[in-house]
Amino acid sequence: MNAMNMRDEPLVYELSREGRIGCSLPRSDVPSKEIPLEIARSELDLPELDELTVVRHFTRLSQKNFSIDTEFYPLGSCTMKYNPKANEVVASNPGWKNLHPLVGEEYAQGAIELLWRLQEGLREVGGFAAASLQPAAGAHGELSGVLMIHAALKERGETKRKKMLIPDSAHGTNPASCTMAGFTTQTIPSGLDGGVDMEALRAALDDTIAGIMITNPNTLGLFEKNIEDICRLVHEAGGFVYGDGANMNALTGVFKPGRSGIDVMHFNLHKTFSTPHGGGGPGAGMVAANETLAPYLPGPIAVKADSVYRLEMPAKSIGRVKAFHGNFGVLVRAYCYLLMTGSDGLRQVAENAVLNANYLKSLLEKVYPVPYKRHCMHEFVAKGAIADTVHTLDIAKRLIDYGFHPPTIYFPLIVQEALMIEPTETESKETLDLFAEAMKRIAEEASKNPELLHDAPHIAPVARLDEVMAARYPILCYRG
Amino acid sequence: MSFVPHTDPERAAMLKGIGVSSIEDLFSDIPEHLRIEGLALPGAVSEIEAIDEVETLADRNVQTKDMDWFLGAGAYYGYIPAVVPALAGRGEFLTAYTPYQPEVSQGTLQAIFEYQSMTAKLLGMSVVNASHYDGATALAEAVLMAWKAKEGRNRIFLPKDLHPEYSQVIATYCTSFDIEFIRYEGDPAQAPIDERTAAIIIAYPGFSGEMYPISKASEKAHEKGALCIVQADPLMCAIFKSPGEQGADIVTAEGQCLGNPLNFGGPYLGMMGTTDALIRRMPGRIVGQTKDKFGKRGFVLTLSTREQHIRREKAVSNICSNQGLSMLQTCIYLATLGKNGLQEVAKQSYDKAHYAAQLIDIIPGYHVVPKLFFREFLVETPDSATKIVEALNKKSIMPGLALSHYYPERANELLICVTEMNTKAQIEKLASALKEAVK
Repeated sequence: MNAMNMRDEPLVYELSREGRIGCSLPRSDVPSKEIPLEIARSELDLPELDELTVVRHFTRLSQKNFSIDTEFYPLGSCTMKYNPKANEVVASNPGWKNLHPLVGEEYAQGAIELLWRLQEGLREVGGFAAASLQPAAGAHGELSGVLMIHAALKERGETKRKKMLIPDSAHGTNPASCTMAGFTTQTIPSGLDGGVDMEALRAALDDTIAGIMITNPNTLGLFEKNIEDICRLVHEAGGFVYGDGANMNALTGVFKPGRSGIDVMHFNLHKTFSTPHGGGGPGAGMVAANETLAPYLPGPIAVKADSVYRLEMPAKSIGRVKAFHGNFGVLVRAYCYLLMTGSDGLRQVAENAVLNANYLKSLLEKVYPVPYKRHCMHEFVAKGAIADTVHTLDIAKRLIDYGFHPPTIYFPLIVQEALMIEPTETESKETLDLFAEAMKRIAEEASKNPELLHDAPHIAPVARLDEVMAARYPILCYRG
Repeated sequence: MSFVPHTDPERAAMLKGIGVSSIEDLFSDIPEHLRIEGLALPGAVSEIEAIDEVETLADRNVQTKDMDWFLGAGAYYGYIPAVVPALAGRGEFLTAYTPYQPEVSQGTLQAIFEYQSMTAKLLGMSVVNASHYDGATALAEAVLMAWKAKEGRNRIFLPKDLHPEYSQVIATYCTSFDIEFIRYEGDPAQAPIDERTAAIIIAYPGFSGEMYPISKASEKAHEKGALCIVQADPLMCAIFKSPGEQGADIVTAEGQCLGNPLNFGGPYLGMMGTTDALIRRMPGRIVGQTKDKFGKRGFVLTLSTREQHIRREKAVSNICSNQGLSMLQTCIYLATLGKNGLQEVAKQSYDKAHYAAQLIDIIPGYHVVPKLFFREFLVETPDSATKIVEALNKKSIMPGLALSHYYPERANELLICVTEMNTKAQIEKLASALKEAVK
């Protein structure tokens, strides 16, 4: 961050001057038609800006962000890997951008073929029978998956199965998705090794369970060693197993979740398959299933018959989860990445993601305690409890001064003062070394000069912001 | 190409640092019989080859510019100023995460705040959230929000004249809940809502293009203790009274038409706004203005106690990733066009659509159905609409959507959309081609 982006940037309304316009249309060549007075709008309070002001404004705003393109961004469970520029080149092709979703299938063969190829590729990576690219995000894939379980149970007449088991290390979206699908949830504690406590699991299994939602590797970055037993026990109890693929970056080309007994699973294409996070989205949350649940996938999905590609609803589909065909522009990027990585590259992705995480863990664990003494997968969780008066939040904010985005903090909830660190495979050794060096210096500062941490960040467009005031007296719009 | 920077010596040094002899050792927690040898996928290709392959597929599609384009039906071909993709595509926006660390995300946060401000004015609401996946999921979430807000009431009134895919998404989202959907026809003010009604949904305009003023319907809903949800065309709101001004409690909209390309259906922009009374029940991220310790203005994600990462199973929704970049495109689009530009886009669409409707309505056998509409209108055709579409396609005209796509029994209906992109000459060509198609 340089001095330029420390400057206040006014809001678009404050930059507005009456009569300005940033883009004009050709003069209308048809007669003007009156709008009935009783429903005509009298005023529209939007800003008025010239084009250059718009350009400078949003360019300056962009410079107030950390991003993968500018900084190391080791957010745990977010897989902030490099987003290849070739993805952007292909996604901006007018053959996609100007393709209407309701043109006849004969006019969109290239698009449906791309959907089919990506679907088949991801199905292979996961080891499943079929996949749907409809879900727009990971949580949307989860909702689709638990609705599929709901539909399958309903068809079997097992309407009293209303309870979904969720490990205590799970992402918040898991229990929230269950609620949206009409299930209740029961938390399963983690055992001493960081995996699902098998005794607690056995005790929870009865004829009211719909299934379990399992993240593997879990949010501690640990592989669920008992995955086969977990799936077997849940199946024996009459339930289904949902796989949360948020952490699939550890496993591509190494392990197929579908082979371990998982019935239905989503992948976050904006994590594992390198599509950009866009400051919050759009993502894509492909959902894939085994033979049993495949007929319930959300649709339509792409099918190939002879050399013609069509869109079809699966036989017992839960229906549409959004309009049209998924976040198509994101899917184009993911497909380009799949081509560039290929079978060999996807394995290298997992191997080097795991290598980087273990290497960084080895550099940090003497200073920042790591609660589970195992090899981690693509990420690890350490504790920020390094001095009495210093908290994880202080370490996170001080990292900003060193030019690094903070890791995910205070998650998973089962580790106090958690720092959840995921470097991804695209970071170099020297970046990891520099980050570790900064973390060690912060630990020294924590004991010698804790105020430096409490007041951090010192080099950012704003200092720590008053979030309590923001929530108590919400200002959610410009108030003139 | 896996975009891994390591050289072999570096990798060896890292393994040594960890204290293992091979990468395989790091995977020792995975039961050996579950580890795979490889994937049945093609090997990696170079960037040149990958781009070439994807572009070859792109070339096999028909684009809006290949024909005179009159197909809308929920996805609109509008002009996107050059500055929109140029600015939204900057790496600092594109490759940033959700702004959970506000000090290093002020760019994204201020842009969201500006989007919230501009769209709240446009829709006439107190607050608009930072997006849903699309208009259909925004509406489905609004239904759940209203149903939960009106505990004990399980009826939702749904217009028959609603985009069929939106109806399907609502059905999927509500499948596990005891909600009774009642379909009504015509003026929403005439819908027989009662004390068991949680909400009435009003399409503004409907799928056929027909629109009704909302005020009477919202008054009636409030008298019965129900909420009024409006699914709006946000561009239309630039020149027609906003839903908020007419008493809406929740507004949802598809924001694609405000600066986002067609992209075969996504990523689009689900917009949702509500009143002060319902803010804490609204799903989705919200940005608020606050100050740092020096009194400097800044922006943060706020009211997070509604959300899944804090409340887990008690959250108002499971939404996490949203459509941030589509929202940014719309933010830049609105700032660029501004008050006058947006009204001009809306007014030209309105004028051109009415010019087209006037020419088509006088062709023998054709009848324009809606009385009051914005830029899209259903037309009854003298022959199968599918055949008419096929005939016009041969003349490089895409005349609209044959309703049989969704309703096989509605063979002789065509939904025509006119935007600011269509010229007078194109409209006249469309009208004469429609006339010739049934000779």
